Amino acid sequence: MLEDYIRDKQKEKDILLMAHVVMGYPSIEETFELVRTIVEAGVDLMELQIPFSEPIADGPVILQASQAALADGVRVDDCFRLARKITEAFDIPFLFMTYYNVIFKRGEERFFAETREAGICGAIVPDIPPEEGESFMAAATANNIDPIFILAPTSSSERINYLARFGRGFFYCVARKGVTGATTDFSSELDEFLDRCRGATQLPLALGFGVSSKQDVQFLRGKVEIAVVGSQALRLLNTNGTKAVGDFFRKLR
Amino acid sequence: MAKTGYYGAFGGAFIPEILSTTLEELQRGFQKAKEDPVFWSTYQDLMSTYSCRPTPLTYAENVSRHFDGPRIYLKREDLNHTGAHKLNNVIGQGLLVQRMGKTRVIAETGAGQHGVATATMAAKFGYSCTIYMGEVDVARQRPNVFWMEQLGATVVPVRDGARILKDAINEALRDWSTNMDTTHYVLGTACGPHPYPEMVSYFQSIVGTEVREQILRQSGRAPSRVYACVGGGSNALGVFSGFLDDAEVELVGVEAGGEGLETHKHAARLASEHGSVGVAQGYKTYFLQDDDGQMLETHSVAAGLDYIGVSPILSAYHEEGRIRFEAATDEEVLEATRLVMRKEGIIPALESAHALAGAFREAPEMNDESVVIINLSGRGDKDIFTIADALGDTAWKSFITTKAEEYRA
Repeated sequence: MLEDYIRDKQKEKDILLMAHVVMGYPSIEETFELVRTIVEAGVDLMELQIPFSEPIADGPVILQASQAALADGVRVDDCFRLARKITEAFDIPFLFMTYYNVIFKRGEERFFAETREAGICGAIVPDIPPEEGESFMAAATANNIDPIFILAPTSSSERINYLARFGRGFFYCVARKGVTGATTDFSSELDEFLDRCRGATQLPLALGFGVSSKQDVQFLRGKVEIAVVGSQALRLLNTNGTKAVGDFFRKLR
Repeated sequence: MAKTGYYGAFGGAFIPEILSTTLEELQRGFQKAKEDPVFWSTYQDLMSTYSCRPTPLTYAENVSRHFDGPRIYLKREDLNHTGAHKLNNVIGQGLLVQRMGKTRVIAETGAGQHGVATATMAAKFGYSCTIYMGEVDVARQRPNVFWMEQLGATVVPVRDGARILKDAINEALRDWSTNMDTTHYVLGTACGPHPYPEMVSYFQSIVGTEVREQILRQSGRAPSRVYACVGGGSNALGVFSGFLDDAEVELVGVEAGGEGLETHKHAARLASEHGSVGVAQGYKTYFLQDDDGQMLETHSVAAGLDYIGVSPILSAYHEEGRIRFEAATDEEVLEATRLVMRKEGIIPALESAHALAGAFREAPEMNDESVVIINLSGRGDKDIFTIADALGDTAWKSFITTKAEEYRA
């Protein structure tokens, strides 16, 4: 379903944008308004992050937002309710981003059944490699949720080919080593990695980690189908507020 | 590729893709080292010349008489260089880093013992060294921060999350995700993604091998029980490794009971009903977490036991019933500490005193023919501030006050 949507959108746009929000940050209500602003700014897909107390793949910006949401008492139930409200109100595909323990603790079957009911169509879970994820993948696909796997430049081509067998919807390529929110050098080195990803899969590619400006998006045009922007928008939210985030996305492409 | 590194239902490697190649390399490097007999003998040589291995097994005669119960023996890991069993693991990983050709090591630390051990190893091997330590721990463990810095390490206070040990582990993982080409992550306990639980318990097995031989020689019989404190679980796995195959030897892990299990201010993942299976920090085990899978705050007078998770290897033995788990409260621990200081002239670390407290609770009911081993995993000098506070020592307080006034002048 996600794949069809992406292919379809590509007919009108040469690169799609995927945005990211942390649910419950700064508050449940403000998340909803932030999503509205970002959708109205024309993004094509969005990650809704369910906060987790030990987010090892995230850098300080998303980490602190997650921490603040949890300190405010945001529960997974609240996130499901918010997600449903969002998917009912806005007509783009939404994906969950979270860590495996949130899913494991709720029960994989239950989590993905509720995910489907909430109108979510994909899940990005950075700490569940396919080796550990047999029942995770089964529960997701049984509920028509695409598990989005991550490809990394440090992985061998053999490893990338292996991961490619499990993908649905699209692949999330990380631009560099490290965690979210740091600076990325968009250079020819990245081309070599993206070529390896292309060689391994027919699915669309998204690229994230460090995408923060119009120049970055320009660089990615023709190389990937989706540019993912997370920490930079959150940084803007923290310093300049919701409206600035909308302006930022409008000028990104 | 298959699931690897499982102990029953626990363990595994739940890590971001960016680290998968690095962990595979580590796994290969470790397997190769293990198969090379020169590696273990180099390790043993270094542990006997740079540290004090084999560490003695001390018959605690006065304490034994005090309880009028079993003969109690103490395995003296406190006599290791840097004062705890931590060095066993760190030197082993240091040698591995040499073989892998990396130049920088990073580590997490709670109380600071593992940080000091890692900084010591880095100084000896010539690696650059960064230690991640929760801001809360930096504030309460200044002496260890001082030593780490004197040994040449950079200590980074972690200001996110609960600002304690678990957050230091997260931050070390983030550093490693960025700098794996030059850097090895020296995880301090038998937790984390595969191969860490296996690797750390492999290095700590040096304790079990020694103590088995020592107890047979010194007491002429196998022990009926062996006690060890359990934070992450590395000292327990070390000492228990000598007796896992002897079904008649009862193995007892003692977790941090904090202010009492009923108060929820503790770190008893296995001995309480509050732990449940989860996946975090790269592995599956029992965690102290809420219904949403968010990790809870833990508490112990001993910073080294104040942790949300426990070795997956211990979770497996817990479920099999091979190891029994108990908890000792802060109060029992201080009492045990006092007793061993007075009766044996040994100052135990507050972590290790959990094992003492667990054993002392049961000693009066035990047959006086039997033999008990307690792993004294570390020495207590580092706890001088905490112990002095707990004992309410007025002379100590006035010393600190005077010292503070001197600095202020």
